[in-house]
Amino acid sequence: MSVGHNLPTPSILRPSAKQKVGRGVLIVLALLFLAIFLVLPLVTVFVEAFSEGWKIYRNSIQQADVLFALRLTCLVTGIAVPLNVIFGIAASWAITRFDFHGKTLLITLIDIPLAVSPVVAGMMYVEVFGLHGWLGPWMLAHNLHVIFAIPGIVLATVFVTFPFVARELIPFMQAQGSDEEEAATALGANGWSIFWRVTLPNIKWALLYGIILTAARAIGEFGAVSVVSGHIRGQTTTLPLQVEIFYNEYNFTAAFAAASLLTLAALLTLVIKKVIEWSSVIHYRIEAEIIEP
Amino acid sequence: MHQSSLPGFRLSFGFTLVYLALIVLVPLSAILLHGVRDGLGPFLHAATSRRVVASYRITLGAAMVSAIFSAVFGMLVAWVLARYKFPGKRLVDAMVDLPFALPTAVAGISLTALYSQDGWLGRFLEPHGIHVVFTPLGIVIAMAFVGFPFVVRSVQPVLEDLDPAMEEAAVSLGAGLWQRFWRIIAPVVLPALMTGTAMAFARAAGEYGSVIFIAGNMPMKTEITSLLIVTKLEEYDYTGAAAIAGAMLALSLSIMLLVNLFQWRVQRSEGKRI
Repeated sequence: MSVGHNLPTPSILRPSAKQKVGRGVLIVLALLFLAIFLVLPLVTVFVEAFSEGWKIYRNSIQQADVLFALRLTCLVTGIAVPLNVIFGIAASWAITRFDFHGKTLLITLIDIPLAVSPVVAGMMYVEVFGLHGWLGPWMLAHNLHVIFAIPGIVLATVFVTFPFVARELIPFMQAQGSDEEEAATALGANGWSIFWRVTLPNIKWALLYGIILTAARAIGEFGAVSVVSGHIRGQTTTLPLQVEIFYNEYNFTAAFAAASLLTLAALLTLVIKKVIEWSSVIHYRIEAEIIEP
Repeated sequence: MHQSSLPGFRLSFGFTLVYLALIVLVPLSAILLHGVRDGLGPFLHAATSRRVVASYRITLGAAMVSAIFSAVFGMLVAWVLARYKFPGKRLVDAMVDLPFALPTAVAGISLTALYSQDGWLGRFLEPHGIHVVFTPLGIVIAMAFVGFPFVVRSVQPVLEDLDPAMEEAAVSLGAGLWQRFWRIIAPVVLPALMTGTAMAFARAAGEYGSVIFIAGNMPMKTEITSLLIVTKLEEYDYTGAAAIAGAMLALSLSIMLLVNLFQWRVQRSEGKRI
């Protein structure tokens, strides 16, 4: 330590005894709040799921309905995630690499699905594809089914997860700038090889983060899917809908057993998210980002 | 920014617009145009019937209370996470995102079990006459569960970015703890707190999955607007459902617009942050 650093520490860095007590009280209050408000609901899922023993739990999650719902949830997530990844990459490429009028408007429009209530989101597709919707009569004549069928569930899921990849990539690619890509262009590389060799390696962590957010929401979506699904057992019930069906039948153990699978998936996405964040590649942003043109 | 020499503008921009139109804009306008098709009279009538108006009151009232609750406890958690060190802090920080990750239906049934008569929390509250399940209080709790992380995640980065030199300067000028808080910290944190609270409110007002299990859904008493849309659809009352959905859509889009305008102004006045 040099002599210059031997000055007395300002009181803010060396709290008084009274301030230390204040700190302790605030920390205890916050932890108590989180324990009651977050940890208890989490623990309750597993306690209820195992309330009748391991065997009943195993039987509950091995029912044909649950296995079907699990497969459907995986299928829907497997379609929605790649679609929104392609969109997210295209949108962020256009927005961060080029100048055009209405950029702020475009970014705002991409954010719309975050503001819309899930039930309203489902309702929109009923208005377009439902029996009484715009395309209803035409679809009936051609024997096409969207509402009360799997395509509707996919559409609703795509809608509610629409902005997640784009919202991660846009600020990230904006901050990175386009120098490397322009250098590659100057050296004669074509568009696709620039994307695969320069852009993608640079954005891979932000992209993965967006994919995790998208997948987590897609797996758990309830309201929007509920409106378009029709709850046809063994045909249009995703895992969250199956939880509701069990619960409304007063089969609470089965409901919580199915819920425990969803909770494990949620915890897994949370861990992956935090690993990406803690490797400090990118920071979690929740506030709506507005990039001025 | 100068004119870009990079390829792919037409492809990426074109795809973005087409996908945005197909998934978001066309379906969104379908709801609003339903009113034009059926005539505005029946549309407005359906959106203002007694039961529907009662659901607005319940939903917005509960969302308001839950947003205030979220603001207070979200601020507390953000403050503790941003300013203090304690063992297990990373785990606690990670836990705050749980409501974002946990499917709403799971949160709904779990909260209901927890606050019901023989639940871990309900068994202490019920003897004191505090009923949560199937009451507006239950709606508030479910809404706060999904809402408060928005406040934490809005406020926390601002508190972490706060320059300690400012506070040290204030201390050296003789400012006390409260003066420091109100004069230095509050003005910087307030915009983020307001944004986070508005987002918590918007999320609460549109929430469905976590609320319907604990609410009990009694018409005029604990029936939220989202649920009423589903009920109308099940009764094949498409005009009624579309009218209520249109009203909710108008509310959520105005909140979004207000938050964006507010942030834009804050960023303007700060003159920084991209």
